[in-house]
This record gives sequence, C-alpha cells and structure tokens, in this order.
Amino acid sequence: MMASHFDIALCLLIFSVAAAALLGRQTFMAIVFFITYGLLLALAWLRLDAVDVALAEAAIGAGVTGILLLIARARLKAMDPRDAPLPHPAVRTIAALAAVSISAALGLRIWSLPPSEGLQKAVRARLSEAGTDNPVTAVLLNFRGWDTLLETLVLLAALLGAWTLSRDKDWPGRAGRAHHTLPDGVLAEFGRFLPPVALTIGVYLVWVGGHQPGGAFQGGTVLASAWIVTVMTGLLPAPRVDDASLRTALLAGPIAFVLLATAGLFADRFLYYPPEQAKALLLGLEAALAVAIATTLALLVFGAPQSREET
Amino acid sequence: MNLEIWIPYALCGSALIGLGLYGLLVNARLLRRILAFNVIGSGIFLLFGAMARRSGAPYADPVPQAMIITGIVVAIAATALALGLIVAHARAGGGEGLPGDDAMAEVQDDEGLDGMSDGVSDDVSDERPEAQESQR
Amino acid sequence: MNWPLIALVLTISLPLLGALLAVASARFGDWIAGVIAVGTLAAAIGLLFFVNAQGAVTLAVGGWAPPLGIQLIADGTATLFLSTTALIMTIVALFSARSILRRGRNSREMHLFWPLLLLLWGALNAIFVSRDLFNLYVGLELVSLASVALVAIEGSRRTLAAALRYLLFALTGSLLYLLGAVLLYTAHGTLDLGLLAAQLGPDDGLALAAITAGLIVKTALFPFHVWLPPAHAGAPTPASAVLSALVPKASLYILLRVWFDAGPIETASVAMTFLGALGAVAVLHGSLMALRQQRLKLIIAYSTCAQIGYLFVIFPLAAAPAVIGTTGADAAWQGTVFQALSHALAKAAMFLCAGLIIEAVGHDRLDRLAGTARAMPMTMFAFGLAAISLMGLPPSGGFIAKYLLVNAAFDAGAPLWSMVVLIGGLLTAAYLVRPLAATWRSPKDDPNELPPGFVDVARRRQLLPMILALASLALGLFSLLPVTLMGGRP
Repeated sequence: MMASHFDIALCLLIFSVAAAALLGRQTFMAIVFFITYGLLLALAWLRLDAVDVALAEAAIGAGVTGILLLIARARLKAMDPRDAPLPHPAVRTIAALAAVSISAALGLRIWSLPPSEGLQKAVRARLSEAGTDNPVTAVLLNFRGWDTLLETLVLLAALLGAWTLSRDKDWPGRAGRAHHTLPDGVLAEFGRFLPPVALTIGVYLVWVGGHQPGGAFQGGTVLASAWIVTVMTGLLPAPRVDDASLRTALLAGPIAFVLLATAGLFADRFLYYPPEQAKALLLGLEAALAVAIATTLALLVFGAPQSREET
Repeated sequence: MNLEIWIPYALCGSALIGLGLYGLLVNARLLRRILAFNVIGSGIFLLFGAMARRSGAPYADPVPQAMIITGIVVAIAATALALGLIVAHARAGGGEGLPGDDAMAEVQDDEGLDGMSDGVSDDVSDERPEAQESQR
Repeated sequence: MNWPLIALVLTISLPLLGALLAVASARFGDWIAGVIAVGTLAAAIGLLFFVNAQGAVTLAVGGWAPPLGIQLIADGTATLFLSTTALIMTIVALFSARSILRRGRNSREMHLFWPLLLLLWGALNAIFVSRDLFNLYVGLELVSLASVALVAIEGSRRTLAAALRYLLFALTGSLLYLLGAVLLYTAHGTLDLGLLAAQLGPDDGLALAAITAGLIVKTALFPFHVWLPPAHAGAPTPASAVLSALVPKASLYILLRVWFDAGPIETASVAMTFLGALGAVAVLHGSLMALRQQRLKLIIAYSTCAQIGYLFVIFPLAAAPAVIGTTGADAAWQGTVFQALSHALAKAAMFLCAGLIIEAVGHDRLDRLAGTARAMPMTMFAFGLAAISLMGLPPSGGFIAKYLLVNAAFDAGAPLWSMVVLIGGLLTAAYLVRPLAATWRSPKDDPNELPPGFVDVARRRQLLPMILALASLALGLFSLLPVTLMGGRP
C-alpha cells in the first residue's frame, strides 16, 4: 500500500500534539493533548491495518490512561505540593542532542533494514487449529498465550502495588474515596445512560474478538468504563477491596488460565488447547479474562482505599 | 505519492522516541515524566507496527500486533502504579519532584539521596512489632 | 509420567497460582505461601537432578515451536538459578511469617506481601527458563512491578521516594530493552534466541546496544545504580533480601543469555571491554560508598552494587577472540555463575541477619550496636559466614568464583581484570569488618550488658539466615555438581 497525503499529515499532527503534551506549560492541557495523541495514534493504527491495536490504543492508551492522569493531576493540585526543581540549562542541550541522535540512529537503521518476512504465513497456516478466526487473538491467547498469562499478572501486580499505598487505618475499606453526586444532576444522568451502552459494547467486543477485531482486552476496558462511570456518578458505591465477589471477578480468569496451562501436562504440554475444543476454551477464557481485566482496570482507576479526611 | 505506507509512520515513531526522551530529561515534574515514558513507549510501538507492514503481504503480521497490545497493557499497569506512587509520595509530604532530582545531580551525588547519610534520623523502628504504628 | 516436564511446569506455574490464591484468601496467605514454597522448592530441586541425569529439558509452549511460539529451556545453569531462588524464597517466606502475622490476618501487609512475593518468584522462574525475547520482557516487567510494590509496602515518605525512583529507572530499562527486541524482530522475523543465534551480525549493533543498555540499568550497574541503595535499605528486610539477592540476577541472566547464546560477541570487543570497565568502577565505587555508611542495611545495599561489578568482568574475558573455545572462557562463565549464586545466598543471609538485629535492638546504626554479638551469637555467626563468602575466602562459593575469574583473566592474557577481583575482595573485607567489629564491641560500662532495649529473638528464626550462609559455603565445598551443571561457556 502507498502512503497518501493524509498519512503524512497525520504523522505531523501526531508529533505536534505529543510535543505539546510534553513541552506545554499547563498540566491539564498537557493531559488533554496526551489523550488526543492517543486517539490520533488509533487512527494511525487503522491506516496500518491493525484494528485490534487501534481499539486497544483508543480504549486503554488514550482512555484509561487519560482518566488516571486526570485523577492524579486533580489529587496533586489539591495538595498544592512544593514545585519540582528546574533542571540545569545544560541539560536541555544534552537532552536535545541525545534525542536527535537516537531518532537519527533509528531512522538510519530503518532505512538499512533487510526485508524480512514476518510471521503472517506461519500464523495463517496454523490458524485453523487455533480455535479462532482472528489471527491476533490466536497469537495472543494461543500461540503466545504464555505472554498473555504473564501480562494479566502484570496488571494484578500493578493493582497490588496501588493497594500498598493505602494507609493501615483505611484498610480494607472501600476502594478509592467516596464520591458525593447530586442524584438529579447531569452527572447522574450520564451515569444512568452510559453504563448499559458501554456494557453492551463491551460484551460485544469480547464476543466478536473470536472472528473480527476485538477481544478480551478491548472489551474488558469498555466494561471497566461502564463500572467506573456508575461509581463515579455515585449510583453505586465503590466495592470493598476484601469483598468476596470482587475477588472472584478479579481472579477467576487468571486462575482458570493458570490451571488450564498446567492441565496441559496431561497431554505432555504446557498451555495446550486441543484443536477440537479450542474454540470453546478460547471463548470461555476470553470471557473470564475480560471480567478480570475490567475489574482490575476499574479498581486501578478507583484507587487504593482512602478516607476522606486527608487532603 | 510514491512512498510506501509504513515509511512516514516508522519515521514518526522514531521521532516520537526522541521527543519522549527529550521530554523525560528536561522535565523535572513527575507527571510530565510519566507522559514522556508513555510517548516513548507508544513511539516504540508505532515504529514496530509500521515496520510490520513492510512486506507486500495483503494483511498485517499479527505477531507484532499481539505484542503491541501486550505492551499497551503493560504500559498502563506501570503508569497506574507510577501515578499512585507520585500521589502517595506527595501526600506524605514529598512535593512533585524527587529530592536531588536534576539530571546531573542524580548521577554524581549518591549520599544526598533522601537524607540517607549520617545525621538524619533513620526510622527502621517500624519493623519492630511494638512500634508498628509509628509511620502511619 | 514425564517427570522432568512436570517439574519444569510446576516451577513456573506453582508460584503464580499461589499468588492468585493468596489474593483470593488473604487470611491464609502464609499457609498458601508455605505450601507453594515447599512444592516449588521440590520441583526445582527435582528438575536439577533430572537435568543433571538426562540433559536439558525443552518445552515449546502450547506445542507451537519457535518462531511461532515460545520456547522454554531448562539447562544446567537455569536449574541452578531456579534452585537457588527456591531456597532463598522459602527461607524468606518462613522468616517473614512472624512479622507479617503480627500485623493481623486482615492487615494490609497480610493481603499484599504474600501475593507480591509469589508473583516475584514466579516471574523470576519464568525468566530463568525462557528463550524468547518478548517473553523475557513481560517477565522483567512483572519482576519490576512486584519489586517496586514490595519496596512501597513500607510506606514512609523516603521509602515511597525510593520506590518511585526505582520504578522510573526500571521503566527506562524496560523501554530500552523493548526497543532492542523490536528492532531484532523487525530485522530477523523471530524473537527466539536459538533462532536468532545464526542470524545476528554487526548490523544489529543498535538493537543489541539498546538491549544491553536496558539490562544494565535494571542490573544497577554503575552509573545506573543510584536507585538501589535507598530502595533496598528502605524496603522491609525480607523484601530487601530477595531484591538484592535475586532481582538484579534476573536481568544479568538475560544479558548473559542474549550475548552468549545469540549475540555476535566476538565482534563487539570494544563494547565488552566497556562493560567490564563499568563493572570495575562499580566494584570500586560501591565498596567505597559502603565504607562510608553508618547504617547496616545501607552497607549491605552498597555491597550489592559492588558485587554486581564482578558479574560484568566476564564480558571482556569471554569475548576476546583469543579465548573462545579455551578453558579460560569456560572458567570465566563458571566463575560468573558461581559469583551470582553465592552472592545471592550470602546477600540474602546478610539481610536476614540485619532484619534480626533490627528486631532485637530496634535500629541498625553501627555506633549503637555494641554488645549485639554477645547477645545473639548465632545471628552474627551467620553474618560472618556470609561475609566470608562475599569476601571470597575459602572454602566458600565466593572463593571458587574469584578463583575461576582470576584464572580466566590470566588465560585471556588480560591480568588487569584479575586485579579488579582481588582489590574488590580486599575492599569487601574492609567494609564488612566494620559491622562485625561494631557488633562484637562490648558496651562501655559493663561488658556483659545487653544493648539498650534488647528483645530476644527466637533461635528458630536465627537458624534461617544460617541455612542460607551455610548454603553459600556448601556451594564452594561441594562444587562438583554445580560445575557440571553449569558446563562450559555456551
């Protein structure tokens, strides 16, 4: 495929928006620019025929990261902390030199790279045994499923890490800080309208990931957003971190994944999907993982249990 | 235009990596550094995804796509933890930068780290069971 | 029953399953950790003996061979790392049980410490057996996040700053490594180290430089070590033990695998010499900083920075073209693996001793530790044994390591590197004698007086660091099995 003027313009725009995010003055605008940058990247992914990645970037890279940044900024602003020291002026020059040389070195390397096949053909050849028609899902859950298993544990580790930041006296309370919202305000209206829509889209994305772009991560993120909106608008209280059903939602997927992987030992394998049952296994696993991912992301956004008295 | 589609995106990815590195080095404020890390990460992904589109095959290589999705998830996990730490550190009185934080000083000055050198009270007493509430 | 395969799978899946169960049922986290620890230790040691008898165990995950899938290989060196990790983790778990339980079965620590420890263990094991560059990346991320969380669990402002700095450095290292891995896949269409071995050449310099840079940041090699001392000194002591003993070894292990299994090491002699030089500076700088510290945990943490330097001497020694295929290269490889393993055991023992001292007297400042040795002789004896290994005195594992490295240096015609090893040993003695002397000193007024505020520590618990220190010596005494397993330079 050939590049068009649109691609050149998009690349320039992406770079400018990123620069604005990193070098602008106000933190709030920086975050807004960053979210925009994420959405523009999603467009770039579409142009590069990576629709699954586009969905993930839009939902996770721009969406959830954006929410986390805005919340962090709000909390920092409320504390009015001491300002950070300014870096030495010589640092700017050195940094600029380093940046330019890295980019140039990469650019040169790109130019001189040997043509390489990639693994499209290998994936297509075994796709029928993988239990799904979506090659990306096949790679994520089957061919390189071990990576995905570790990755869900990375998310869990981040959540546990976020929970360490709670104070002893607040543990084990409700996640995050209590929200007080007017029951008839605009926010509450959003809270009634958006979550069912998000829920439907989320479930659809998980389901459709079996044969078209979509999957557990993208769908799970949309499901998380449904829950986040419901809690942030005050329609539901945040869950208690030691709540049994919360922990089930959090862990059922990863536990099933590990058990499935170890059960492969009966066939002298590790993480094995017998081709006849692969489709059903993958679908079940994706559903369980989507719930786990949704729960983890939502809990990360809610934050560690924290009482209201502090700043 | 006689340019293959992956070329502008690959170059954009390289530029983003450099831009992110610049942002990381010149910004002392921690929130901006997290933005810089994310820009570097997404630049690497963009570079990767663009290069994956090089071959003339009609469909994209799914392995890089899967790796990029994994990378995006890992990035948000790290970002979430980093942001949580930044807020908790500030809440504990730490300000928005790390002590001794200009880029040069970080390399040269070991003992000024957080007052770990002599003369500052060093509180390991909360490891004793009786004193467990001292830090909270 | 394919027992070797079962052992391999259990070493990677049991800790991860244990972590998930420990989150599910936080009240019984200590029991879960204990059962999982015993199971994983058994699997790791079993695997060691299987590999010794039958050779390396390989496993293509899901039955998909590379380049499509991920390849796991447990060879002799990997099983040694797996077993050492299992022993250290089991002892640390036993050690931590008391202090965590005291906080209550529903406390924050109870909910979080066990899952994080087990996640860290599982991630380390996953790294030790993996041969896939991207799989190693995800494993490294899991190690980093779990480690940072274990540091942050302590909660004071300074420790939070240390955890934050640790995370920032870890992220930098990860991104550099990822960049390199991405470039390698783009150039060669595979991420498997075995398949890449035949294909890497001088054109891949940028990629390999990025991977190497990322890994040395994570290994805390000078000058990227600044995050380590505050993080390891500030973390709860059992966590410090694991962080110092095992976490830097994971990234070093990957670096060794990348260069020795796949990399064109012969063509990179300038870079290799540079790495060796950084290692030498690390030994000197870390030792000098350790000499200046007044807190025991900081001395031990800076000691880690110094000892990490020894692990990089292998690069110039084993890469020199004159040396390939000679016994010198084998000696360098074995010396490095011995150093990594005996340091891990000795360092973990040392941190646990420091933890016991803190439990007994409430602090770790050297100037107020007079009389401690008389009050807790077993602990200080264990500390002394660990110090013997770190200094490289016979018959410890540390001695074997240094002996092999010095031999390798002479064989490679580069005797200067042996000076690094020898001077480092002297400096180690200097900075370790200080805490030993401080604890053996009698209190001024009454020689039999206990240190102020002394609380007795159970003999059972003092046994735990002793086991690790003895293991570090056993590595030297019974070195035949480890040497056979390590094999020559790959």
